[in-house]
Amino acid sequence: MKTELTVNGRAVTVDVEPRMTLLDCLRDELDLKGTHAGCEHGVCGACTVMVDGRAVRSCLMLAVQGDGLDIRTIEGFAPDAGELSVVQDAFCETHGLQCGYCTPGMIVAAHALLSHNDEPSDEEIRDAISGNICRCTGYGQIVEAIRLAAERMRQSNTRAFEAEGGESA
Amino acid sequence: MTEQLRPGRFVSANRRVREDRRFVAGKGRFVADLDIPGVAHVALVASQHPAAFIEEIDASEALAMPGVVGVLTGDELAASTDPLMNGLDTPHVRRFPLAVGQVRYAGEWVCAVVAESRALAEDAAEKVRVRYTKLGFVLDAEKALQTDSTPVHPAHGSNVLLDKTFVWGEVERDFEKAEEHLSFRVTWGRNSTVPIETFGVVAKWDPWEQVLDVWASIQMPKYSDQIARALRIPGNAVRVHYDVDVGGSYGVKRGIKHSVLVAYLARKFGRPIRLIEDRIENMRAGDAHGPERIFDVDVAFDRDGRVRSMKMRALDNAGAYAGRAPFQLGKPIGAIVGPYLIESVQYHAVSVTTNKTVEEAVRGFGQSPTNYAIETMMDRVAAHLGIDRIEIRRRNFIRHEQFPYTIPSGSTYDSGDYHVVVDKVLEAVDLPALEAERDRLRAEGLCAGIGVAACLEPSGGNSSFEPLLNEKNRTSTWMESCRVNVDGLGFVTATVHTTSSGQGHETLVSTVVGEVLEIDPDKIRVVRPDSLGSLPGNSPVGSRMAIMLGGAAAKAAEDLKGQIMRIAAHALKVSEASLVYREGTIEGPDGLKLQWSDIVDIAHRRFHDLPPGVAPGLTATHILQVPTGRELPKEGRAQMYPCHSFEFHVVLVAFDPVLAKPEIRRYVIGHDCGTVINPHIVKGMTLGGIAHGIGAALLEEFAYDEGGQLMTQSFLDYLMPSSHEVPAVEIVKHVTPSPYTVFGQKGSGESGYLGAPAAISGAMHDAVRAWGITFDKLPIRMSTVSDKIAAAREHDRKTA
Amino acid sequence: MKPAPFSYVRPSSLDEACAALASEEDARVLAGGQTLMPMLAMRLSRPTLLVDITRIAELIGIEEQGSSIVVRAATVQAYALRSELIAREVPLLAKALPNVGHPPTRNRGTVGGSVAHGDPSAEISLAATVLEAGIVFRDGEDETSFLPEEFFIGPTVTMAPMGGCLTRIVFPKKPSGRVGTGFHEVASRRSDYAFASAAAQLVFDEDGTCSEARLGIGSVGDVPVKVDVDGLVGGAADDAAIRDVVAEALRDLEAVDDLHATASYRRRAAAALAERALREARDEALESRP
Repeated sequence: MKTELTVNGRAVTVDVEPRMTLLDCLRDELDLKGTHAGCEHGVCGACTVMVDGRAVRSCLMLAVQGDGLDIRTIEGFAPDAGELSVVQDAFCETHGLQCGYCTPGMIVAAHALLSHNDEPSDEEIRDAISGNICRCTGYGQIVEAIRLAAERMRQSNTRAFEAEGGESA
Repeated sequence: MTEQLRPGRFVSANRRVREDRRFVAGKGRFVADLDIPGVAHVALVASQHPAAFIEEIDASEALAMPGVVGVLTGDELAASTDPLMNGLDTPHVRRFPLAVGQVRYAGEWVCAVVAESRALAEDAAEKVRVRYTKLGFVLDAEKALQTDSTPVHPAHGSNVLLDKTFVWGEVERDFEKAEEHLSFRVTWGRNSTVPIETFGVVAKWDPWEQVLDVWASIQMPKYSDQIARALRIPGNAVRVHYDVDVGGSYGVKRGIKHSVLVAYLARKFGRPIRLIEDRIENMRAGDAHGPERIFDVDVAFDRDGRVRSMKMRALDNAGAYAGRAPFQLGKPIGAIVGPYLIESVQYHAVSVTTNKTVEEAVRGFGQSPTNYAIETMMDRVAAHLGIDRIEIRRRNFIRHEQFPYTIPSGSTYDSGDYHVVVDKVLEAVDLPALEAERDRLRAEGLCAGIGVAACLEPSGGNSSFEPLLNEKNRTSTWMESCRVNVDGLGFVTATVHTTSSGQGHETLVSTVVGEVLEIDPDKIRVVRPDSLGSLPGNSPVGSRMAIMLGGAAAKAAEDLKGQIMRIAAHALKVSEASLVYREGTIEGPDGLKLQWSDIVDIAHRRFHDLPPGVAPGLTATHILQVPTGRELPKEGRAQMYPCHSFEFHVVLVAFDPVLAKPEIRRYVIGHDCGTVINPHIVKGMTLGGIAHGIGAALLEEFAYDEGGQLMTQSFLDYLMPSSHEVPAVEIVKHVTPSPYTVFGQKGSGESGYLGAPAAISGAMHDAVRAWGITFDKLPIRMSTVSDKIAAAREHDRKTA
Repeated sequence: MKPAPFSYVRPSSLDEACAALASEEDARVLAGGQTLMPMLAMRLSRPTLLVDITRIAELIGIEEQGSSIVVRAATVQAYALRSELIAREVPLLAKALPNVGHPPTRNRGTVGGSVAHGDPSAEISLAATVLEAGIVFRDGEDETSFLPEEFFIGPTVTMAPMGGCLTRIVFPKKPSGRVGTGFHEVASRRSDYAFASAAAQLVFDEDGTCSEARLGIGSVGDVPVKVDVDGLVGGAADDAAIRDVVAEALRDLEAVDDLHATASYRRRAAAALAERALREARDEALESRP
């Protein structure tokens, strides 16, 4: 089934079976391997991407449902090759990861939070990432990373990215 | 003892972890990310029954489905491969990647279906018809132990895999002399580390080169050897690619059955084959459950609180096949008395097969359950005598001046300063204030409790438990290696000969090599040759890489530095002793100086200027034997791991007595893992370990129903802590260097996890102390707590 | 974990959707997919045709209609959570919504999807049960409205007509007077399916006498249930009265028993949460100006 998606600002057309999830489409059809499969039943959050500016689980959405929608994956956050976003850099600064598997979903969730809340409390940060399971870090350095990113963005008066209407995370 | 290098500029500095950059950009290279042209996909046909004979497999309908490449049965596989390795000498407990003749647990793989896509393979797997005759089954370890229980492997004759009693010291005498005894039973529920990446493997057979290429999310010693042995091909026909990022493991990523299966299929069908477990396969048949263990403890002690002797029986439920599970009863022998002076111990280790999923190595390799039993013992003794729980631990701790200290089971603890760590934690936590907070919460009508745990993390993994539990096993080395090269332009490259699953090995090696050579670690490249190009190693198990890989890298760098000094002395025509190495420049007397580039030039191009005995090319290799690893176990005593990190946990928990949802109000851990190489990494390991411990204590369990079906096989039922359940944790640091390692470092890969379950259990007990309630099994479920409190209140009401 | 094959259509009108649903026996509505997609992935649900209703304009939105607030079925939960209309006119629903799933699931999950699935722990269904909202289906040419009490008949079993499409949920606006609400639930982890949940709405007259009392319990039995707390009417609904009325109301509450929570626990927790919800509703009502 022909489906037109906008992925990281680029219009693409894919021809997929209706049963293919957006997650599998991104990975297998569009070669965007940064979005990860963790549980494929909507609990772990490793597959989190932005759809029309809101964080959603790409394993709980069919690729054909993405027709005409604007999708942003982890590959769409780095400003340039070899250059990190404020959030990505903050994760490196505090070592807010270990194995790196849940990290893309975590960073998408963090961007979603910071796009509408530039001074989140720790409680709000924890709430925003509560749907993303990490087995390595115990979340401590992830919370630090998002706190640090928020602080840096406030100082530079920028936002995680311009999004409309997205609920936190 | 090793001559120790001083921690310096890069070691212990708060430097970034170099691996992080690729991961935050989504540019990790996980096994599922690899694009191997022509790859075909596997789906599995799983058993519905916990035990049954396989009467007939009809794959004809599946084979006719679109996109299906083929179907493999256990009979065919078993005819052409050797059984997977057992740890113990149990030759009749045969295990193959697919069930052969009989299924032994619900979910066990019966057939593999290969197709052009995973979805098509799943479509076809549904069409494979398997006819079974159901058999009796056993799930409970106690029942499995009974002589009339149904053997999971009839050819083995019983369900007992291991039944071994060790007596170290004068146990009976000490029990007789002691003023008090008590005994109790606690059960560690079946859980696991459950990484967010499932296990995956891709294999490709090249018939012209006769080489099997393997890419896998693996964390396993002797992986390529085991594949070669099972497939009956030469060891040098297996090439494992170590440059695959592993999405978490913490012990369990040992997909040997998956790998042998996929390797066989790749040869059979002449094309690359890929098996990425889905979550259900991972949970019920990935063979990655952790220990499930019943402890019966008798303890003898005096009224002053000094523990004299301990008898422990540990009964482990290994699941349907043997694997390495029984060894998880052996490793804790190296720290069987915890941080305490206990002069004699009787340890009865029993492992049985049941019709549950196979047990695999989990973070700590049996140590966390054992620590839970030991710490429960200390709490019970304290309660029995009316002595404070921290005070009783202090009275029993090994003292700083007693190290190196040899425990009854034969292991020597390297170093420690337990009393000081405890003091530092109590100061940080402000114990009187914490107790006041607990009492304030109680006055509000909540249940509130403080828990403490002191425990050890044996680290530097060798495998002395193998020869200790299996006399046919003669393993006494568990080496790790590193090579450091300086290229013709003067740039440094070092090697790692294993995969990593988040431990930061590239950061470790570059930091250590940079420290020794006094060059910026960020300028050092770290690479991972494949297994055929690799030096010997044993993978990052047993909390060993800071010690073993860090040690090998430092030694290789020192060797390189020695070569540089010899080259310089020869070139400058002075004695080596008169030279000083400073950031790659060699300075001699009277202003003599040789630059790094000069050394590189001589080594790479000017053989005529090289001193005799120094090879050209500036390269050094070091293969490090485990410190203290010298001999085989003798008379049931073994030197287990070389280093022993210490941790002391204090936790405050509160909950409503009816809803009983525990909330961790404060969590402080004192942590001493010797010299820290990278503080970010050690901190992360510790916090992650605590989160894992919270899961084990309160949430996570692979639970089976009476029919032998796994009830918690999705993330909807297997509950892992989220950011809501894991509190902010404060870490109090202390450094007692190990005398056995190059920088004084010890291991930290299991930190936090080894004491958190015990500490949380202690806090839960303190919270219900008024009613005298005990929780004898982990995880401690909310409804159990609430039901027990309600029963106690009802009892109080009736007796009032 | 890949779904079995199916066809997919994305109609742009309700008529088209109903026609598509009628065209195949095993056609099924797909909305936000937050519950259906896992079932498809595990092949527990095997429709032959999925009818995606998320782009049907007439099924999206929240509006005031006389004494009701109409929430159209495909309205996303996150949108409902931000709705001022709901916050003002259906405060109990507003309190229930933050407990639904996680932020990312609320960004796709719909209000109608949550109700249509019939999960006994669904918070929106509990609010609908307490408030006796109308659950309106279009079935071919016909329109049928159910009361929650008749709609939910078992765990994930409902009276939804075969081939029908849920179009809207009609919540009564809060009554006049001093109104307070309370919503509390307990689960292993904050966002899990609850072991027990309680939703309450109380109305007081000017002199502080309770004139209307509603309480519902979710997650405990097979369906969300509305329980009789009329005993509070005519009094001040003080703590003692609440305790007594809840004890009486929940005396015969049916509770399921499973690995994570025993039936006895669920009953006990339900009572504690019910008292909490009623106390909160009372305090809120009495603090409000008439």
